[in-house]
Amino acid sequence: MTIAALSFYLFAGALLVGGLFTVISRNPVHSVLWLILSFISAAGLFVLLGAEFVAMLLVIVYVGAVAVLFLFVVMMLDVDFAELKAEMAKYMPLALLIGVILLMQFGIAFGNWQVAEGAEAARRAVAPEGVENTAALGMLLYDTYFILFQLAGLILLVAMVGAIVLTLRHREGVKRQDVLAQMYRDPAKAMELRDVKPGQGL
Amino acid sequence: MQADLNVILPEILLSVFAMAALLGAVYTGRDRLAPMLVWATAALMVLLAITIGMGGSGARTAFGGMINDDGFARFAKVTILLSAAAVLVLGQDYMARRGILRFEYPVLVALAVVGMMVMVSAGDLMALYMGLELQSLALYVVAAMRRDSVKSTEAGLKYFVLGALSSGLLLFGASLVYGFAGTTLFSGIIAAADGQAPLGLLIGLVLVISGLAFKISAVPFHMWTPDVYEGAPTPITAFFATAPKVAALGLFARVVHDAFGGVVADWQQVLAALSLLSMFLGAIAAIGQTDIKRLMAYSSIAHMGYALMGLAAGTAFGVQAMLVYVAIYVTMNLGTFAFILSMERDGQPVTDIRSLNLYSKAEPGRALAMLILMFSLAGVPPLLGFFGKLYVLRAAYEGGLAWLAVAGVIASVIGAFYYLRIVYYMYFGEEGATLETGRSVVQWAFLMGSAAVMVLGIVNMFGVEAMAQAAAATLVR
Repeated sequence: MTIAALSFYLFAGALLVGGLFTVISRNPVHSVLWLILSFISAAGLFVLLGAEFVAMLLVIVYVGAVAVLFLFVVMMLDVDFAELKAEMAKYMPLALLIGVILLMQFGIAFGNWQVAEGAEAARRAVAPEGVENTAALGMLLYDTYFILFQLAGLILLVAMVGAIVLTLRHREGVKRQDVLAQMYRDPAKAMELRDVKPGQGL
Repeated sequence: MQADLNVILPEILLSVFAMAALLGAVYTGRDRLAPMLVWATAALMVLLAITIGMGGSGARTAFGGMINDDGFARFAKVTILLSAAAVLVLGQDYMARRGILRFEYPVLVALAVVGMMVMVSAGDLMALYMGLELQSLALYVVAAMRRDSVKSTEAGLKYFVLGALSSGLLLFGASLVYGFAGTTLFSGIIAAADGQAPLGLLIGLVLVISGLAFKISAVPFHMWTPDVYEGAPTPITAFFATAPKVAALGLFARVVHDAFGGVVADWQQVLAALSLLSMFLGAIAAIGQTDIKRLMAYSSIAHMGYALMGLAAGTAFGVQAMLVYVAIYVTMNLGTFAFILSMERDGQPVTDIRSLNLYSKAEPGRALAMLILMFSLAGVPPLLGFFGKLYVLRAAYEGGLAWLAVAGVIASVIGAFYYLRIVYYMYFGEEGATLETGRSVVQWAFLMGSAAVMVLGIVNMFGVEAMAQAAAATLVR
């Protein structure tokens, strides 16, 4: 067994174990930690495939940002996970049955997997010879799949607009500083001098 | 690149307009600009629909085949743009009076329409997914637009969670298809899958169909529909019932013919089953409904079943029948929702069908228009809705699915009950509190216009027939 094969099985095994424990661990914080393990293992698999840029992205974006965000959310939200789990347990037998049937069907399909003629060649031809991994990815993203990249940008815009529409509340009666109004204020209008005679009010 | 960009010029214009409107409104009047933006968006959509409709014939592809511009895409785009513009104009008054007309609404609708236009012109599984997600994400947000209403928030959340699940199914199916064909381009898939589909591809195909069936709310992927239709504000329900259905059906037709045209027998049975279940569930489950929005949800499920019947025929005539059916369905729904939007009592919207008691005495004109629309939805001859049904039934019969056509007739008879019940309430109901419907001229115009189309359209269907035929011919080769 070569080093590459050994590390493949190591990473693949860690990925599966991480995924499994993400689902079944009782403590949600532990779940997130297991999720981080599976992200890192997936990054390792990408390195083995020669896609080191994607591997680094996975570590930086998913482990560095997304998983940490998850951790914060899990810690901050007061969700009764035990109650949620109890609700889930009611449907467990049926879910298990469907899951097992689906798994068997996929097993049959994958066990006898057929590919179309020329499929392998079409898949290999994505990155041209002699081009570095990151450069090839850039060419795909900004050249071949330019339109998809732009559409993804639009989707993110919709997500952002949606988050603002659904959560932002403009509170009434909040006094904010208005610098220009302060500067252009006319002293003559702002105050008034009155001569108050002794013994009389205004 | 220039030629590629020319192909998607309408999409670019609409998205640039949406972004400019967003920026402009944020920095200036915010929600005060909303009515103006609604009209501007609707005007731009109509303008784009006219340019696309008048534009040249012939088929073009862009971005290496990822985007198609052919007769089919143009037909679907014109329908989508016109119905979205109509819904925007229809709901403006309703939303303004309930204080939920925010400037993001027309922007989100415009972006959703961009997604729909990409969907119907997709030539690649990835472009399909991008268009679908752009559309769905915008729809989730507008469904939950009324933030202070529990029902609206629930509708948005339910739609979002189930939509994410269906996207997952679709993506998994797409990955299986890619695993078989080695490419995500439809042109590559159809070349790879010719004749017999191996098991792996079949599972992929079924998963992709499941994901798409969710978007058109075909049974058994319909569970979200009644709740979302009921919970979302009514103008948004009207939007859900029209443009997204056209887009999803267009996408459906494109996927099964453009990508899987070589294995017709494999998807035909799946579509026939979806169609059969949708027709019957839509017809039977609506009988117990008293909320007109829920009723329209079940009605849309049943109508999607009929549209799928045309597609299940697997022929060019089947696609033509589907397009004609959808165009008629959208027109009927616009009129019906124009009426539902105007239903109110003491300024509060009413959705209970029993409130229609003896409505014909108060407003004979509107009641007559509604009667025509209900008869047309039920498929009573000689209205236009009947000819739509006749078309798909003929397509199914000629496509060798005579049993499905017979089932369709039976389901249509069952379904006629709840449409006729509305008519019964309007004409023979009991005395009760009166319903006010007379505020908006736009809604009146749409109700009357839609009813008039149902009657006048039987002469020549305003040429939609020939256009649909030309569109179907470019898709099925």
